[in-house]
Amino acid sequence: MALPKYTETRYRIWHYFYIAICTFVFIFLIAPLFVIFPLSFNAEEFLVFSEGMKNLDPDAFSLRWYKDMVYGTKNPWGLAAKNSFIIAIFATLGSVILGTVAALGLSSRHMPFKGIIMATLISPMIVPLIISGVAIFFFMAKAGLAATHTGIVLAHIILGTPFVVITVTATLSGFDHSVTRAAASLGSNPVNTFMKVTLPLILPGVISGGLFAFVTSFDEVVVVLFLAGLENTTIPIQMWTGLREQLSPTILAVATCLIVLSTLILISAELLRRRSERLRGINR
Amino acid sequence: MSSETKQILTTDGIPLEISLKKAERKNKIKAFLLVAPLLLFLIITYIFPIGEMFTRSIDDKMITNMLPKTFKSMETWDGKELPPEEVFASFLSDFKILVDKKEHGKLAQRLNKEKNGFNTITKKLFRLVKRNKIDETQSIKEQIMKVHKRWRNVEYWQAIKRTAPPYTSAKYLKAMDMYLNEDNKITQVSEDRRIHRILWLRTVEVAFFVTVFCFLMGYPIAHLLATLPMKYSNLLMICVLLPFWTSLLVRTASWMILLQQQGVVNDFFVMIGLVADDNRPEMMYNKVGTYVAMTQILLPFMVLPLYSVMKTISPSLMRAGKSLGGTPFVAFWKVYFPLTIPGIGAGCLLVFILAIGYYITPALVGGASGTLISNQIAYHMKTTLDWSFASAMGLMLLGGVLVIYWLYNKLVGVDNIKLG
Repeated sequence: MALPKYTETRYRIWHYFYIAICTFVFIFLIAPLFVIFPLSFNAEEFLVFSEGMKNLDPDAFSLRWYKDMVYGTKNPWGLAAKNSFIIAIFATLGSVILGTVAALGLSSRHMPFKGIIMATLISPMIVPLIISGVAIFFFMAKAGLAATHTGIVLAHIILGTPFVVITVTATLSGFDHSVTRAAASLGSNPVNTFMKVTLPLILPGVISGGLFAFVTSFDEVVVVLFLAGLENTTIPIQMWTGLREQLSPTILAVATCLIVLSTLILISAELLRRRSERLRGINR
Repeated sequence: MSSETKQILTTDGIPLEISLKKAERKNKIKAFLLVAPLLLFLIITYIFPIGEMFTRSIDDKMITNMLPKTFKSMETWDGKELPPEEVFASFLSDFKILVDKKEHGKLAQRLNKEKNGFNTITKKLFRLVKRNKIDETQSIKEQIMKVHKRWRNVEYWQAIKRTAPPYTSAKYLKAMDMYLNEDNKITQVSEDRRIHRILWLRTVEVAFFVTVFCFLMGYPIAHLLATLPMKYSNLLMICVLLPFWTSLLVRTASWMILLQQQGVVNDFFVMIGLVADDNRPEMMYNKVGTYVAMTQILLPFMVLPLYSVMKTISPSLMRAGKSLGGTPFVAFWKVYFPLTIPGIGAGCLLVFILAIGYYITPALVGGASGTLISNQIAYHMKTTLDWSFASAMGLMLLGGVLVIYWLYNKLVGVDNIKLG
């Protein structure tokens, strides 16, 4: 973004002003995540930077809250983490299977009522979560699935499929359908064609949709608050209760772990996106 | 039709046109069957329950089923003077059945909601019925009227008549701080009890300003990301994508730490001398906290659509604008900005839709003045258990969102939603 030498002063000033604004916004976006990091290693119970921390005194830092997170007595985090992972994994599997199959149908040019069906399929993403929560709660209560893992998994499948549908349809939009016809003309049945030809080509889109579904489920709190009983507690629920009652440094330890997890997910999502663009022949 | 135009036949002797149509239909069914499982699943677990919210929100069948004979006999009553003997008799027989089923308490509660004072007089009538003090051979009207002077008041009988329809709009009116008065006219509740309208206005206000803030902050950085060379912009993109992928609760927690009175932001203000150390401003548990946290959380949803639109604008257009004599500002305003309008529409509507239904962040950092309509819905779902009222408010919110969604679809198209 170097300015040409002939730039007038006022545009030069404007340019630096613009860079300053952008810097501020980037700091605004990313800094909150980094505040949690050092504070989670705090040796004291307060959620402020102690004098020792400001002077980088090694005694002011400790792994105390991480130990509390893992070994603490009456500690809900173990159960919550287990539940969160189980629910998110099954919800992701369900969303990916239902969403991918539906996206295949939607991408076919023979699909009738495409607009309205697409709108229906992605509606859980548009409808405010609180309303989805109320509606899903009514259904699960009637079906006897409230306060069960099955109920929460089904709810998260509802919320996760739109992401899979959108990413897979986007991948399929650049998909060369002549390869499936070629496979068919060579005597492959549709299932075999899908497994051997289509799926490997759209896999990046499927996985990145799956990542969205996983994060949606792993991070979801509004619907779970309506559905969960004591045994179905998840990490977001524990964080929610913790934040409402009092901010304890243990929550920050958990939050740090979650940030590390989301960084990993971000990296895999980015790699997948690039791979998918390469496969679709988009060169930027 | 000349017989010269011979129909083209396929190898099995079927006309090509029919054969093609058949294949077409087969393909249609095939495509539909692929979508069917998800569509069915969503309709059963999601779309139907939303419909159920509607029936729940207008449902008032309980009392209709409690007093079937009374309402039947009331059909001929003009409702101006005290109802005839027949109405009293059928009311008593309905009431006796309710007493046997021990449901008279529910009736009293429901009627009391319609008009204050029913609780006492229903209880009095109950004691009489319980002790079998009512002589069926005498005029029942006279006997009931003797129980309490309110049974002689026509207004109470009018109130019963008003509860006859199995459906009611009361919950929707309540959500707008209104109710139906004695003359079936929509009236506003007294000023000190108008709480919902404030919440609706506040919800729209917060959503609107969050959208504006997101736009003001998102536009410059989307522009920077789209114009920088790839290797720098990829790095900066992480600043947008990492918050996007990070748990909402984690980000809310970090804002709670930053904004608290002894928090980093206040420390910084004290350090640069903006505020005195003993006079640190309260930045959390009020609207400031809600605005700041929600803007940061929703900003990626503004940046990503803007970026994807700006990426497609060729830099030569700006150069052309400048070479034709426009100053950089004019070139930007007349050439670049109009081209980004689809992205602005997409980003703003996305942020607005998400913000209007926000629940978690306002509940944690908003305090009392940060409560939005979603918090009220959750409160009625979980605490007061007035599910029909929660449904009514939810559907009103949904109505608003659908209008915006429809606009979005008109302006941008649903298929153009891009994720990351």
